Amino acid sequence: MTPPTTAAATVRDVTMRFRGHTALDGVSTVIERDSITGLLGRNGAGKTTLMQLLTGHRLPTSGSVEVLGGAPYENDGVLARICFVKEGQRYPDHFRVRDALDAAALVYPDWDADLAADLLSDFDLPAKRPIKKLSRGMTSAVGIVIGLASRAPITLFDEPYLGLDAVARQLFYDRLLADYAEHPRTVVLSTHLIEEIAALLERVLLIDRGRVLLDADAESLRGSAVTVTGPSDRVAAFAGRHELLHTESLAGQSRSVVRLTGGSDGGDTTDAGLAWEPTTLQQLVVAMSLATTRPGSSARSDLEEVSR
Amino acid sequence: MNEDAGPIFRQVAADIENAIVDGSLAEETQAPSTNELAAFHRINPATAAKGLNQLVADGVLYKRRGVGMFVATGAREQLLKRRRSEFADQYVSPLMAEARKLGISVHELTAMIGSWEEQR
Repeated sequence: MTPPTTAAATVRDVTMRFRGHTALDGVSTVIERDSITGLLGRNGAGKTTLMQLLTGHRLPTSGSVEVLGGAPYENDGVLARICFVKEGQRYPDHFRVRDALDAAALVYPDWDADLAADLLSDFDLPAKRPIKKLSRGMTSAVGIVIGLASRAPITLFDEPYLGLDAVARQLFYDRLLADYAEHPRTVVLSTHLIEEIAALLERVLLIDRGRVLLDADAESLRGSAVTVTGPSDRVAAFAGRHELLHTESLAGQSRSVVRLTGGSDGGDTTDAGLAWEPTTLQQLVVAMSLATTRPGSSARSDLEEVSR
Repeated sequence: MNEDAGPIFRQVAADIENAIVDGSLAEETQAPSTNELAAFHRINPATAAKGLNQLVADGVLYKRRGVGMFVATGAREQLLKRRRSEFADQYVSPLMAEARKLGISVHELTAMIGSWEEQR
């Protein structure tokens, strides 16, 4: 793989332990500048911990984190350029929507008040309503408005859609894309709704039980795996030439998710008399995450006890 | 965009090609911008740009500095030529495979195409 030309953040061999539990285990990655990265993985995989390290909320047990050229922890110069929209963000009890936006305007040097006002009306957020009286979804929308209007060089959204209905989520994706196109910046987005955001992503970082499973260009991933269906023996023979991630069988027929190796585009399935279709990002992520939980399939089974 | 149908940038390129082939995007007119494509298809702008760049590399679009991308003269003819050469592989081959499976002869198939055309 070619190294990225510019890095917004570099994570080197980071391990994070909490009282005997290893949340991150030797993670190394580069978040590319001016890209949208999807941070994917199951609950408890370590996504939030990684975001906390990137935003200086924690120090790693070992390894190093560099964001915009410096270590983020207690580094005001770096932190002023990072906006972290947390899952279940809490606000002071007396805060109205307006107060949260005013506070954000003071914190973020690139704050765009006009954009914030537009977004408020997009999401039907009442400026004078106390935040604690808002529904779960509307509280999430407040975080989204702040995340977008901050125009921070690095913006992290940690599952920002909780409680948001399908319309509001679409609105979020559309506004994110439109503003990102006009004002390119580094966005990291963690979500379980992979299907919904797949096309928005330029990079994909999949972590599972504290380790990096996949760190790749989203577009190259789209052609990298296929779902093949056909007689079990032929499917197995095909999978044997590539990398089998997941398989299901019924009455002599199998359906397998296979990661293609050796530059194949799946064309050789035709010779084998198999039906194939490209695997979506969501199917790939599910198959790869399941592959690591298969008993005996991975050296990682010793970690299973820890994460439970 | 259809996430099941392979690389999105190729679908973006194919969409524009279709518009050129059916005449809705005329030669020497401006093609949609990266940001317009990104917003319309709800895709990452880098992916949209990759689709446009593919068309520039193929000689279908060309860049006018500071203005945008335009459809090249002769682009439609070039695309028609390519599509025609791909026609057998993409359409005739699956048709023949299914016909063979059902025991339909080439003769019957030809008759079928003829009567289908008459009914239109």
